[in-house]
Amino acid sequence: MLAFTIRRLIQSIGVMLVVSLIAFVMFRFVGDPVDQMVGLETTIEEREILREQLGLNDATPVQFLRFVGNAIQGDFGVSYQFKRPVATILGERMPATLELAFVSAILALVAGIPMGVYTALRRESVLSKLFLMISLIGVSLPTFLIGILFIFLFAVVFQILPSFGRGEIVDLGWWRTGLLTSSGLKALILPSITLALFQMTLIMRLVRSEMLEVLRTDYIKFCQARGLRSRSVNFGHALKNTLVPVITIAGLQIGSLIAFAIITETVFQWPGMGLLFLQAVQNVDIPIMAAYLLLIAFLFVMINMAVDMLYVVVDPRIRIGGGEE
Amino acid sequence: MTDTPLLSVRDLVVQFPTRKGVLTAVDGVSFDIKRGEVLGVVGESGAGKSMTGAAIIGLIEPPGRIASGQVLLDGERIDNLSVSQMRRVRGKKVGMVFQDPLTSLNPLYTVAQQLVETVRTHLPLSEKQAREHALALLDEVGIPAAKRRMDDYPHQFSGGMRQRVVIALALAAEPELVIADEPTTALDVSVQAQIIDVLKRLCSERGAAVMLITHDMGVIAETADRVAVMYAGRVAEIGPVRDVVQHAKHPYTQGLMGSIPTLAHDSDRLVQIHGSMPRLTDIPPGCAFNPRCAHAFDRCRQDRPSPIQTGERAVACWLADQEVGQ
Ligand SMILES: Nc1ncnc2c1ncn2[C@@H]1O[C@H](COP(=O)(O)OP(=O)(O)OP(=O)(O)O)[C@@H](O)[C@H]1O
Ligand code: SF4
Ligand SMILES: [Mg+2]
Repeated sequence: MLAFTIRRLIQSIGVMLVVSLIAFVMFRFVGDPVDQMVGLETTIEEREILREQLGLNDATPVQFLRFVGNAIQGDFGVSYQFKRPVATILGERMPATLELAFVSAILALVAGIPMGVYTALRRESVLSKLFLMISLIGVSLPTFLIGILFIFLFAVVFQILPSFGRGEIVDLGWWRTGLLTSSGLKALILPSITLALFQMTLIMRLVRSEMLEVLRTDYIKFCQARGLRSRSVNFGHALKNTLVPVITIAGLQIGSLIAFAIITETVFQWPGMGLLFLQAVQNVDIPIMAAYLLLIAFLFVMINMAVDMLYVVVDPRIRIGGGEE
Repeated sequence: MTDTPLLSVRDLVVQFPTRKGVLTAVDGVSFDIKRGEVLGVVGESGAGKSMTGAAIIGLIEPPGRIASGQVLLDGERIDNLSVSQMRRVRGKKVGMVFQDPLTSLNPLYTVAQQLVETVRTHLPLSEKQAREHALALLDEVGIPAAKRRMDDYPHQFSGGMRQRVVIALALAAEPELVIADEPTTALDVSVQAQIIDVLKRLCSERGAAVMLITHDMGVIAETADRVAVMYAGRVAEIGPVRDVVQHAKHPYTQGLMGSIPTLAHDSDRLVQIHGSMPRLTDIPPGCAFNPRCAHAFDRCRQDRPSPIQTGERAVACWLADQEVGQ
């Protein structure tokens, strides 16, 4: 278990270093950082002084090490657009994205797992076929289209939900949350459903196919042959086995929820990191782009590790190694 | 002989609707099993042995179904019970041991958890009592240090040990009949005999009857009281083991017996008779065995022979019919 944890940790650090390198290359070689920071009237000498100050004349490996060192300390430089530290800006935007992704993940799991189980157990029922049809729509319609459709229906036609923004925010000092006010919660409904829909259909289909697979196994047949109650066979024995592989994929999906949030945040003008990133792309604000990339990679890596740990907890075959005879 | 047999299978037909038409996997099978009796069932792969077992315990996978015939347990039909009634028969009255112990146990629950759940589903015992019952069962099937091992997970046991656990599970609620479908085929040769011994011992101690499906004629000869030989979804010959093994009447059985040189010899797999069993899609008219039979005559290619009962034996062959007729 310890060896496993250490191995995963080393892998994670490797991944982060590779992503750092990409971010660094982007930061250092896409356009000249000095050009982005100073006006046209700055003289060559002044530029040279700035260059020296920023360490841009040092050897590239040294620069990379400094970049990584700074990043570890949360220093991603200064945004070209806002002239403020990138870390501060991201810190302000992060709660919005994480709240959106978190609520969407819960929605996707809470709706997707029961729907998947239901469609696996009642393959022929009308409701199952309806679920499968909805899931087909969820997978095939692009997120922005669903978002715009929702806005049109609920904000324009029925006028019951806001079409943009986060509503009223409560500042907890270290976290600005929209979960504590009714307008904040209302504002969350459309974006979170939009973002959750795709993941929900994925999870539903995954649970369904895994569950069908498990229901065909010998141990489920043996459970039935022992006359165990069908509730226990379906939910105790089959579902538990179904969830082992589902955990992995669902966990990774949560990572991609944060990444996918870019589109949803744009459609709903949700003041999160995704929207910030898109604006940064438009304005070639490299420090923000680089920092966002690193942050997303970091989240992915952390989620991956958490998923692996969870896997170990759930599956005794991994938790308690090989066979004693 | 007035008492009703424990199990009575009457003209059982199991069919699978497929795109190419209806396939008949079990075609008019009849046999009885008396209380405490061991019935061996042999036959080539695809003969319908497993399907017959699955039909008895009501676990044929859809779209397969019992198309006609009856299964009676203690004289009462169990083939037409509701799902919840049938659930109470399974495990409690009819137990089943599957072929592969590596896949028969749920990997996420300990052996004790699986046993306790099974026991408590059928018997009115407390958690603690069920655990004691489980421990006693594990001791009985020969799990060493059962008290220490019972809270281990299936993957921590070897194949042979797992099959002992499977037997304990199948017998947990004291069923009157145990269907064992090739219980040793997936196991290492060195432990096969032990597993058969455990199964035989526990069942005879409890007076449980056994339907033992196997390819191993040696095991049948040592273990079974009677044997049914199946071919292409039908019973070719059935009777007391000694009679069938030493004086096989059906040409197919004769072929099978000719292939075991001595009992207790290790060449236990059935050596194939010339040719192979027809697929379900092209079973010949008349006797299903006629293309491979050295004695086949005209009638064999036209009319299907039904099992002819003489004493304790029944043989589905026109030759046997002539003998009786003479
Ligand atoms: N789902 C299915 N659809 C159609 N035919 C099937 C299906 N399952 C089994 N069969 C057919 O039913 C027949 C009987 O199969 P069964 O498993 O009972 O044979 P068996 O005697 O147990 O053979 P083996 O010794 O290989 O276990 C076979 O010919 C098989 O092809
Ligand atoms: S009925 Fe005819 S073909 Fe069939 S086994 Fe007897 S002799 Fe052979
Ligand atoms: Mg079989």
